[in-house]
Amino acid sequence: MNILDELESKSIYVIREAYAQFKKLALLWSIGKDSTTLLWLARKAFFGKLPFPLLHIDTSYKFPEIYDFRDKYSKEFGLRLIISQNEEALAAGMGPEASDKLACCNALKTQALKMTIAREKFEALLLGIRRDEHGIRAKERYFSPRDSEFKWNYKDQPPELWDQFKSSADDQTHLRVHPLLHWTEIDIWRYIQRENIPVCPLYFAKNGKRYRSIGCHTCCGPIDSQADTIDKIVEELETTTTAERAGRAQDKESAYTMQKLRALGYM
Amino acid sequence: MYKEKLKFVIVGHVDHGKSTLIGRLFFDTNSLPAEKIAEIEKISKELGRDVEFAFMMDHLQEERDQGITIDTAQAFFHTDKRDYVIIDAPGHVEFTKNMITGASQAEAAVLIVDVAEGVREQTRRHAYLLSMLGIKQIAVVINKMDRVKFSKQRFEEVTDDVLKFCDSIGIKPMQILPISAKEGDNVATRSSHMDWHAGATFLEMLDKFTVPSKPADKPMRFPIQDVYKIGDKRILVGRVESGTICRGQDVVFLPSASRSKIQSIEQFMKPPLKSASAGESIGVTLENSLFVERGQIACAADSQPQITDSFKASLFWMSRQPMTADEKLLIKCATQEIAIKGCKIHRRIDSSSLEIIEEEAAELRNNEIAELTITTKAPIVVERFYDFPELGRFVAVRGHDIVAGGIITP
Ligand SMILES: Nc1nc2c(ncn2[C@@H]2O[C@H](COP(=O)(O)OP(=O)(O)OP(=O)(O)O)[C@@H](O)[C@H]2O)c(=O)[nH]1
Ligand SMILES: [Mg+2]
Repeated sequence: MNILDELESKSIYVIREAYAQFKKLALLWSIGKDSTTLLWLARKAFFGKLPFPLLHIDTSYKFPEIYDFRDKYSKEFGLRLIISQNEEALAAGMGPEASDKLACCNALKTQALKMTIAREKFEALLLGIRRDEHGIRAKERYFSPRDSEFKWNYKDQPPELWDQFKSSADDQTHLRVHPLLHWTEIDIWRYIQRENIPVCPLYFAKNGKRYRSIGCHTCCGPIDSQADTIDKIVEELETTTTAERAGRAQDKESAYTMQKLRALGYM
Repeated sequence: MYKEKLKFVIVGHVDHGKSTLIGRLFFDTNSLPAEKIAEIEKISKELGRDVEFAFMMDHLQEERDQGITIDTAQAFFHTDKRDYVIIDAPGHVEFTKNMITGASQAEAAVLIVDVAEGVREQTRRHAYLLSMLGIKQIAVVINKMDRVKFSKQRFEEVTDDVLKFCDSIGIKPMQILPISAKEGDNVATRSSHMDWHAGATFLEMLDKFTVPSKPADKPMRFPIQDVYKIGDKRILVGRVESGTICRGQDVVFLPSASRSKIQSIEQFMKPPLKSASAGESIGVTLENSLFVERGQIACAADSQPQITDSFKASLFWMSRQPMTADEKLLIKCATQEIAIKGCKIHRRIDSSSLEIIEEEAAELRNNEIAELTITTKAPIVVERFYDFPELGRFVAVRGHDIVAGGIITP
């Protein structure tokens, strides 16, 4: 087994553990490279027949390329896709300009997700977060419980050893399951390269700019780059010294914004 | 094309410099993005301190304000030789379960000791836990040499203590290195203050660890994780924990002892495999239509593990609410989940001093070790930890929570 095989095997193990425990499961698909890789791994884990739906939390501020990619591949892969919006907040004019960015993320992502979990009665969610994305994420567990308020009790996380994880949640909680926790950004790209996984075109350089991390067009900035193929992206990442999320507005507001967001259940 | 990867953990008593060492290593090898350095400098200044290299790992506000690691974290590092996953563990006794969470993912460990303080309570507890987790490659660093003016004599005194203690629990450190994590001496570059020490730097030392190989040549064990019905196939999924599973192989499912033959090893969108080895998550179909479910272990028919409802173990308890000997806990060992009928706690042991607290005890408290006999309600497939770690280790679960980790002893 090479490094990519090992990463893959561990992720598939975690995905199957999650499904063995939770039948009311969903995969949170942001349409970015990580959750698309997660989707790829889940399709492998279940031999192409995903036994649970995908969930897209749609803030309505996503790039058009994201919507196109979502619609194309959900059809091509035959996926069951739930699209959720916080319609009330959107109707009331919520947006990154209308309010501070934290409140916007909270209303359009976290609240929308809360409403969906309550409606669909999900017991657990698969999320494509990685430890190398942020110092706070470096402290995550594979199976991470949240209370009904979505609070992440980061000061008292459950022990996790020998691939034994926190077991079934009671009524008050759901579990966040993180099968990609041990991957790095470059691992993801090498795997995309090896497996030929389709990714959203925003990642590829156009006129000297590309996105390294995608989300809402209002809060994501592109980086300077000439990397217009997967091979060139891998090459670029082998030498870069800037952080992946450098283009993200939320991470800049204060040193602890990410911690606060995560404690509140932000994904 | 890809470099090999090694995961190691840094353990030791609270404040002995684990997080600082990791931060310093990243700083001195230019492994941090500029904005991360700026953030660490800014927060250190706001708190009125020198640059705290530990803030690279200590990312929670509570950790930084109090200068203590609460939860384990991982960072990715690389040398020319290989990629590393560095696992930082909290030293405080309160967070021992977080240390175990981190250390259980490691293949090697660095035990750090503050030269001014010497071996302390958590130095010993962590070292014991490393041996319980089966981590064999251990290096020792003697830190804060700047606090004793880089004294060779003090280094040797502390080294002596550490070695004596390690010897008493069967640990043989592969290297001992004097450093100052804060000042950077012997971290990424050789110190000019310790000419009396001829050894490597911390950075060079890392490359001397070896990456343990997967147990591919042991007897085959394939714990069943789940059974999926895909089209007209029933696919048994799981991870090969040891050995190699092959198409056409005769297997026996334990504990039921039913037999079958592997018909195919399936992959999605790819042709079936001829064989799969330790570490691979796979799916197989069988030649006959045997009923198999999660928790059964497929084994090579010619080399089978033990099936029992009673076994000896060492257990580390990690919940504030004590365990009672007659408590109805659940055991999880690989994919098996078996209820405990009862336990006989032969000895209660202090996990730091390793002294016996009580013989024939009725309960076990937080951070204590028990040597005990566990009786289960149903048969369980086990191996001795030191021969076969994959089936020789288990967790105990109370309600929804993991409350102990254990290893099966002779
Ligand atoms: N003088 C001196 N101080 C050091 C050295 N290494 C670490 N320190 C200081 O010791 C204190 C504790 O360091 P940490 O790195 O947080 O210790 P730790 O082992 O990670 O602590 P926990 O994670 O809470 O167990 C900090 O204030 C460091 O600046 C050193 O080599 N010399
Ligand atoms: Mg620390």
